[in-house]
Amino acid sequence: MSKKYELRLYVAGKTLKSVTALNNLKQYCEEHLKGEYVIEVIDLLEQPQLAEGDQILAIPTLVKKVPEPVRKIIGDLSNQEKVLVGLDIRPKL
Amino acid sequence: MAKKKATAKAADNLTFLKTPTGINGLDEITLGGFPKGRPTLICGAAGCGKTLFSLEFLVKGVEEFNEPGVFIAFEEKADELALNVTSLGFDLKKLQDEKKLRIDYIHIDKSEIEETGEYDLQGLFIRLGYAIDSIGAKRVVLDTIENLFSGLTNEGILRAELRRLFQFLKDKGVTAIITGESGEKTLTRQGLEEYVSDCVILLDHRVVNQISTRRLRIIKYRGSLHGTNEYPFLIDEDGISVLPVTSLKLDKPVSAEIINSGIPSLDKMFPTGGFYKGSSILTSGTAGTGKTSIAVSFADAACKRGEKCLYFAFEESPAQIIRNMKSIDLNLQKHVDKGLLKFYASRPTMYGLEMHLVAIHKAIQKFKPNVVVLDPITNLITIGSFSEVKSMLVRMIDFLQENQITVMFTALTLSTVINDQTDDGVSSLVDSWLCIKDIEMNGERNRGLYVMKARGMQHSNQIREFVITNKGLSLVDVYLGPDGILTGSARETQMLMEETGQVLHRNALGRKDREVLRKRKLLEAKIESLKTEFESAEEELNKIYIEDEIKRGVLNKTRQQMTDLRSGNKDI
Repeated sequence: MSKKYELRLYVAGKTLKSVTALNNLKQYCEEHLKGEYVIEVIDLLEQPQLAEGDQILAIPTLVKKVPEPVRKIIGDLSNQEKVLVGLDIRPKL
Repeated sequence: MAKKKATAKAADNLTFLKTPTGINGLDEITLGGFPKGRPTLICGAAGCGKTLFSLEFLVKGVEEFNEPGVFIAFEEKADELALNVTSLGFDLKKLQDEKKLRIDYIHIDKSEIEETGEYDLQGLFIRLGYAIDSIGAKRVVLDTIENLFSGLTNEGILRAELRRLFQFLKDKGVTAIITGESGEKTLTRQGLEEYVSDCVILLDHRVVNQISTRRLRIIKYRGSLHGTNEYPFLIDEDGISVLPVTSLKLDKPVSAEIINSGIPSLDKMFPTGGFYKGSSILTSGTAGTGKTSIAVSFADAACKRGEKCLYFAFEESPAQIIRNMKSIDLNLQKHVDKGLLKFYASRPTMYGLEMHLVAIHKAIQKFKPNVVVLDPITNLITIGSFSEVKSMLVRMIDFLQENQITVMFTALTLSTVINDQTDDGVSSLVDSWLCIKDIEMNGERNRGLYVMKARGMQHSNQIREFVITNKGLSLVDVYLGPDGILTGSARETQMLMEETGQVLHRNALGRKDREVLRKRKLLEAKIESLKTEFESAEEELNKIYIEDEIKRGVLNKTRQQMTDLRSGNKDI
């Protein structure tokens, strides 16, 4: 498994915000990173001990582990521009 | 567990439950501790001890009440935190290993975070909930939650989430401490007091005259009585101690027991033979009048009785006092070795007055002495105003009397004119007041001691001369000569003169006696010679008389013979 982008999405149950975030993420990735990414969804309600590792406070949080640097994007990812900048797909304007 | 909770809830309806903090003195002013199962806000400026305060709350919770705690740190990492409090004797690592304490460091880095769209802080809640449940925590500290505001920009969401957070903590049934940095107009920068409304405590670190004092005030405590004053507190190697400074009651126990002062001649000035136990004694005098010597004698006497004495020295170091007192034949070292005498020396300028008071309280509570000496209280004035010192001493005496501790203060009077009303205004508080006065006369300076007041005891009204010799201290009756009071060498001279006079007088008397004797002998001799004279005169007289007799006898005889002859009696 050596994809270029390793993404983790932290959620807490299937809330509206979580579902929206996941859908948004999938859509952006398909558009821009097709075949180069892997998304791991972690439900903190099931695995609360994982929250500490990535310093998760807000839900939903998208963590870009690879490539470096580690970035976090919180919220339902409704703003595509910001997400793409956050993932270093598009340079900050 | 569930049952326990149910009974707690039932009791909740009847009484206001509190969680004891275990912090020295704080439970006294909060009348039992923080509100149980509710959040308490601790706010204050940077460096006022918020983190330490909350950490001690957790550690004491574990150590004294067996209540596990969770510390959510937004500022310091767990290791740093542990290191910072090792100096206070808290072993966080050990508590963590025992699963009694959990430190969770929450790191928020704004540069790493991008916000887009709606979110909530469910992640924080989950972490918190997980931390609490993993060790069954009863106490939670969030230090400092305001850091969230610097990491996340959407204030609307944050505020809504904070409100939810406090509700969440209440639902969890944990007693929580939230710390917050002081704001300009509000108690905390982000107005946390809006959310935490049950109990708010303000910590303050004030610098007056370059000396800092930490203070604590309970701003609000819903549903409970509490002390409303500003209370000084101290952070030292034992953690935090808060001092409830004023007790409002005047219902201290009293004792009729008498303790001696260590100077027998001083005890004699009181018909009772000493001071009442638990009373306060002030020794005042100008420089070099021997106040410390009296105080040390007092301490020495206590130790000789087998009582414990705590000596607060604000002027000299313990070693210096021990050395100096050898000159008046007081061996303090042996009391120190036995653990009966303890010195507590500190420079008055080391910290503020209130801090001194806290420190003194602490030392007394730890050592539990029967007798306390403060030498001298006037040095404290260098760090506080007159009224501050007075109010400190009032509280101190109050505290000591409550604990039936006899205390001796020494005070330096600066002017030679004795101000009868006040010596730092303490006189109205102390029970006995010894005044040492300089008596300057004939080119020398001597000490006169008198009892200014002694509550509930008769006492001598005489000024005694106070002499310090290498055998110890004693009081000598001042000499009341024809020219007034005589002290020192003048007294000695007068006494010598009197003695000479007496010797001379005795001598004169002896001479007179001898003269009488001589005269008597003379007369007796005269009488003897007269007697002899008389005897010889008598003999002379007797001789004539006898001669006459003989003559008459012979004559008679002769006449008879003549008669016989004449009558012709020729027989012859």
